[in-house]
Amino acid sequence: MTIKTVRNLRRVSQILFFAVFFWLILKTTFEVNFNPTDPTEIMLPYPVSIALEFDPLVAIATVLSSGTLYKGLLWSLVILIPTIFIGRFFCGWVCPLGSLNHWVSEIPSERLNHRGAGKIRSNHYKKYQRIKYYILLVFLGAALLGTLQIGLLDPLALLARSIGTVVLPVTHTALAGLVDWFKGLGYPPLGKLAQGVYDIIAPLLLTYRQSFFHTILTIGTLFLFILILNRIFTRFWCRGICPLGALLGIFSRFSLFGLQKDEQSCTHCGLCGLNCQGGDDPEIGRKWRQAECHLCLNCQAACPEGSLKFKFFPQQIVTPANPAGTPEINISRRKATMSVAAGLALFPLLRSGDAFEVNANPLLIRPPGSLAEPSFAAKCIRCGQCMRVCPNNALHPTLLEAGLEGMWSPYLIARIGYCEPTCTLCGQVCPTGAIMELSLKEKVGDKDTPPNRIGTAFIDRGRCLPWAMATPCIVCEEWCPTSPKAVYLKDEIAYDSKGNEVPVKRPYVDPYLCTGCGACEFACPISDRAAIYVTSAGETRSVDNQFLLERNRKKSPVRDRQA
Amino acid sequence: MQRREFIKKTGKAVALAAAAGGAGLLLHNRDAGALLSAHSGDRYTPVFVPSSSFEVPPDPTLPKVTLCHEADAVKALNYSLDAIGGIKRFVKSGEKVTVKPNIGWDRAPEQAANTNPLLVAEMVRLCLEAGASEVIVTDISCNEPRRCFLRSGIRNAAESAGARVLLPREEDYFSTDINGELLTVWPVLKYFLKTDRLINMPIVKHHSMSACTIGMKNLYGILGGRRNQLHQRIDQSIVDLAAFCRPTLTVVDATRVLLRNGPTGGSLDDVAIENTVLCATDQVAADSRAVEFLGLTGERVGHIVLAEKSGLGSIDYRAAGYREVTV
Repeated sequence: MTIKTVRNLRRVSQILFFAVFFWLILKTTFEVNFNPTDPTEIMLPYPVSIALEFDPLVAIATVLSSGTLYKGLLWSLVILIPTIFIGRFFCGWVCPLGSLNHWVSEIPSERLNHRGAGKIRSNHYKKYQRIKYYILLVFLGAALLGTLQIGLLDPLALLARSIGTVVLPVTHTALAGLVDWFKGLGYPPLGKLAQGVYDIIAPLLLTYRQSFFHTILTIGTLFLFILILNRIFTRFWCRGICPLGALLGIFSRFSLFGLQKDEQSCTHCGLCGLNCQGGDDPEIGRKWRQAECHLCLNCQAACPEGSLKFKFFPQQIVTPANPAGTPEINISRRKATMSVAAGLALFPLLRSGDAFEVNANPLLIRPPGSLAEPSFAAKCIRCGQCMRVCPNNALHPTLLEAGLEGMWSPYLIARIGYCEPTCTLCGQVCPTGAIMELSLKEKVGDKDTPPNRIGTAFIDRGRCLPWAMATPCIVCEEWCPTSPKAVYLKDEIAYDSKGNEVPVKRPYVDPYLCTGCGACEFACPISDRAAIYVTSAGETRSVDNQFLLERNRKKSPVRDRQA
Repeated sequence: MQRREFIKKTGKAVALAAAAGGAGLLLHNRDAGALLSAHSGDRYTPVFVPSSSFEVPPDPTLPKVTLCHEADAVKALNYSLDAIGGIKRFVKSGEKVTVKPNIGWDRAPEQAANTNPLLVAEMVRLCLEAGASEVIVTDISCNEPRRCFLRSGIRNAAESAGARVLLPREEDYFSTDINGELLTVWPVLKYFLKTDRLINMPIVKHHSMSACTIGMKNLYGILGGRRNQLHQRIDQSIVDLAAFCRPTLTVVDATRVLLRNGPTGGSLDDVAIENTVLCATDQVAADSRAVEFLGLTGERVGHIVLAEKSGLGSIDYRAAGYREVTV
């Protein structure tokens, strides 16, 4: 096999893995077209979060922060162990964000991209490439004490989040808008054509219902920024920021596979440096940096003299003019120690805000099956899978509702969507177990098992139609899914502005029955701020957030499981 | 500056200024009201449908309500349907039929919040047997529609019987003049308008505001938009809807009846097994008979009384023509 073939294989591999990753995110949705064997338990037919389970950084960081390797995270060894032997193949051959950065870096541009000698210079190893190791160490230090921040910059979590909450919803809006625009042109055949094309694309690419997400701007801007940086520095993210790349770089120092340089045949044409993706200095006369190399093999493919060869046990011929192959990672011990220390310090910094901020934030309604907040913070990688899969678009990324610590973690906004009583999809897709997989029985409860509660509904009597405005309305009661209903009605007499008696049924909430699903808040006809609303009070996951004396005695299987 | 350059620059500036001024004048709208209405954001295709009666001509020799009590739901449907004239009376060869079961909630069949899937499947089969060109089964669910269609068992049952089961999509609504006292222009799902025959298939359920959800209340499911406001004058809204939408046939599922905690239910303790299917050409009479399963009479239910007053049908189903058939 010639090196050109191998390089083409790499291209195929990149496209393939990107396609699989994208397809899995597309499939992280509740589809109509499958037959569950038991219709009472609706399960996803595909293991959609599997891509994230291959992520060694997620595995190592969650082990540090929570002490366990959750379910499928064992798969990450499939990436980690080969890396020990052959190096950062993941970055060059597999990583979908790496591929995206690769492709964007390759788009030629007169203005932004360096060309010729300029590009060679910019492809030389730069000091900024150390930053990623420090970022990694800060995050691992923080994880050691129990706060998981790697999800912010882990490439797989970041890409899943960006595609799921930004790229796909934006595509949906754009396509629907385009169809409307064509329809509005006043030439019906064009509108029909546009609708026809849309009808073909929609089932493949779009969700059944357009979803909208909070804080899409922060997530989208960061994603765009990462992509745009490639236009200035080739694969800036991969070289300088990516903590997963750093982790794999550290493991690659044991690599048996590496670059062999032949000083004699080299004509110093510079083509290897021109095509280098990792900024790892493959040129003869420079020190090749194994930990930075993505194994893209561009240098070997570009070399017209065949002076560069990747092989197992490469001969390391070191001459004064050619300080060849070193597996070293160019970070100082002092700075590394400081980074870990900074990470350790991050934990008290994030956690010492007033406890009210997060623990008693009434807005912070976590998905059903979520762990107690400290354990949740130790496991959630903010990949957005739960938000993407929620059939009611009820889950959204937080901005500061969960404190700075929990930025972009999921919370429920009942005004936009409520928690479907029998739905357990968010727990099914969570790759780290921050949201536990509930059985139907654990979700809705039965005679022996209490239901999983995410909060409790309260009535705002100043806004409720029968309470404040002498107007009949029972929508919250009608929608209440518990059985018997947590929202109950009492026949009462209200007086309108003219003093007339108006018979109304006034709603009350039975906190012993309410599960906090938010269906009442969702359905309330007061369309801005609902007259009945859910807060996190009484949520199963928190022992502290109970207001019923009785509740503290009752055993909850979910709480027991997480204890 | 050279003269030529001066003229060029001035010319460009003047042209741009003129373009800006012209565009401003052209786009300026003195009638702010018209502008407002143009941007009021009606997301539904504005199509006005004058009438939507799918009724067949009355036949004085036949009863208006028939009932069959039988443990086999399919048999019960067939017997009561035969007693009211048989499927051929309602569906002619080549006609397009829409079947509207209650698929309101994410509940399993035994919880009696949605119509029995066996009945829906049998109805689809009968329509196709009678030569219907196409049978569509759809409803506008309250809970997440995909889950409702799936868990109710109706999607699978109806599809295997040969129906097209359609989930409502945003673009499938027509802005429709209901022409009622309370209901004026509302979005209606197009499959309930663009069809030859409409078969309403409600289940008998308790409801805390309207007392019951049977035939006429089931028609809420043709409406999109802000349905949750209708409870403020629920009786009038139901009657407006019943006057606008007149189904070919009402098939009431009383195989299982939700006695309490309707319309969502959830507990089997609230479900009574009645093993009964009704067929009716008079939706008021159908509701009046079926509400007895909830321990009520038509006279005690606001919207049934109001419907009779509005001339939509008769509370006194016996006088209207009622027959119970036995297997």
